[in-house]
Amino acid sequence: MSLDLLTYMFIGGSFALYIGIAIWARAGSTTEFYVAGGGVPPVANGMATAADWMSAASFISLAGIVSFIGRDGAAYLMGWTGGYVLLAMLLAPYLRKFGKFTVPDFVGDRYYSKTARYIAVICTIVISFTYVAGQMRGVGIVFSRYLHVDINTGVIVGMVIVFFYAVLGGMKGITYTQVAQYCVLIMAFMVPAFFLSMQVTGHFLPQIGLGATLEDGRSVLVTLNELSSELGFDQYTQGNKTTIDMFFMTAALMCGTAGLPHVIVRFFTVPRVKDARISAGWALIFIAILYTTVPAVAGFGRVNLIETINGPDNAGVEYTQMPSWFKNWESSGLIAWADKNGDGKVQYQAGAAFDGGKPAFIDSRGDYGERLTENASSSANEVYVDRDIMVLANPEIANLPDWVIALVAAGAVAAALSTAAGLLLVISTSISHDLMKKSINPNITDKQELTYARLAAIVAIIIAGYFGINPPGFVAQVVALAFGLAASSVFPAIVLGIFSTRMNTQGAVSGMLVGLGSTMAYIIYFKFMGGTPDQWLFGISPEGFGTVGMLLNFVVAMLVASMTPEPPEEIQSIIEDIRIPRGAAQAHAH
Amino acid sequence: MADDKSKAALYWSTNLRLILGSLVVWAFVSYGCGILFRPLLSGITVGGTDLGFWFAQQGSILTFIGIIFFYAWRMNKLDAEMGLEE
Repeated sequence: MSLDLLTYMFIGGSFALYIGIAIWARAGSTTEFYVAGGGVPPVANGMATAADWMSAASFISLAGIVSFIGRDGAAYLMGWTGGYVLLAMLLAPYLRKFGKFTVPDFVGDRYYSKTARYIAVICTIVISFTYVAGQMRGVGIVFSRYLHVDINTGVIVGMVIVFFYAVLGGMKGITYTQVAQYCVLIMAFMVPAFFLSMQVTGHFLPQIGLGATLEDGRSVLVTLNELSSELGFDQYTQGNKTTIDMFFMTAALMCGTAGLPHVIVRFFTVPRVKDARISAGWALIFIAILYTTVPAVAGFGRVNLIETINGPDNAGVEYTQMPSWFKNWESSGLIAWADKNGDGKVQYQAGAAFDGGKPAFIDSRGDYGERLTENASSSANEVYVDRDIMVLANPEIANLPDWVIALVAAGAVAAALSTAAGLLLVISTSISHDLMKKSINPNITDKQELTYARLAAIVAIIIAGYFGINPPGFVAQVVALAFGLAASSVFPAIVLGIFSTRMNTQGAVSGMLVGLGSTMAYIIYFKFMGGTPDQWLFGISPEGFGTVGMLLNFVVAMLVASMTPEPPEEIQSIIEDIRIPRGAAQAHAH
Repeated sequence: MADDKSKAALYWSTNLRLILGSLVVWAFVSYGCGILFRPLLSGITVGGTDLGFWFAQQGSILTFIGIIFFYAWRMNKLDAEMGLEE
């Protein structure tokens, strides 16, 4: 059976499953639409949270990033998992006890202020849109590479599928679809990892294979370090980020994770407070299965990639002898080769092969049939490899069977769709619940609110699809912004709201504004206005500045609160109440 | 009522101590072993690399899971002991 047919079968089969679940789990009320009726068991919720959390970035890009930056990739590995510890202890149980639908609900009610609610709504919408554009793009890439349709058709197919189950089922539909999507995506990630690990190290478990000693008496990581220094790359296990930057970046990603609205909202869906705590644990187990495998996939992939391109004697392999995956990805523009020394062989080493980093293709072919470019650099490195192809190309590089490749394609689509659906729900909830119901027209009925939520979801899907088809050049840059915003505004506001009875409107609002303002200013200056790394404050990169913004938020909020009147009696008793689990069921009903 | 209040206060301070202890472990494995103390751990080899690298890419994630389940277990016990469970 051909690869194309297999891919159609795997992706088509998974879509049929998602749609079936969506029809079975239609939402009839706002409670079902927003929080799945608050009745999702913790293990299922943990699985859905894991699928919601692990986006195209985790599935497609993370192993590629670790593969290319080695040790520094740990900031992402620890940052995107450590946040769940904060969620389990500092946020989830109390927000569940509070028993509302959204993050702006909590911020608005706790700080008895419309301004605070609006700031939270804006953060929620900006963060979620930033994320969702990237997901739609991920779907498009998979479709164009494996099904040979153009990216736009891929995005539209993805939109229709998400439309179906997000608009119909709301949180209830999304949650049960995500459970299925988790199973698809984790199989798609683990099966090739098992194959690779067996092939490279002889160990079944990739986590063990990475550290195991190979036939030549060395481990994969030692081999990698030697290969890297031979070719002029940084030592794989050393990395080149400074300690302070690693520290701040990890902290920003951890606190950002804990402050992301689409993650927090998942803990409103469980029946009891104790379920909120434990479901963060289940979510992390399901996430860790993938995240602890990532370093192994990254390491094996890197060795395979270097050895395939440079050949066993490290002298380069003739372009005409290159395996088909090399040429397929070249056609997609994610691999490029310029024969700088004119020997017809592909040679890969450190240095940017093309000026400005990315290849600029021209519309003709060279002597060996390669795609020609107009910006080959003076570096001796002849090859450009896009980080994002690592996971998708890995099975092909390692010559795994076709069905594994088809499975990986279905997994990548599942990862992108599950995250997109969760984000779209948060956006539509913010509009129908936080803006319409709570601010503009409080008199609408449950049924009308549900209609608004569905309309908002449709509009959000169309906007997301537009960004997927016409991606703004700044998608990669704004991801730093999403985490920075969450870490510097939402996270401190919620933590202070729970842990300080003294915190009042004035403190929270000024804290959020200072945190937001400083983080946005720093990121915009360095990402969009041409700031250079030597100007970084204390050597902290824009990705890590959310931590500074968060600290400023805490300090300003506490200072201002100490100089202004304490919050009203009734607010203080609400805080006392959310701190103890008893009575959560009643709290949910009103 | 006064009894309820003092019970809630005791429950909260116990919870805060537990959170603090858990956060110390959380920070020690990730920021500590994974980043700050890495040079100190360079002598200890695990699977062809140093212990710091292992903590940064595997060990801290596994510890995080342990912390959450420990915290959930202790809090469930505390809820029951104090009669504050749902």
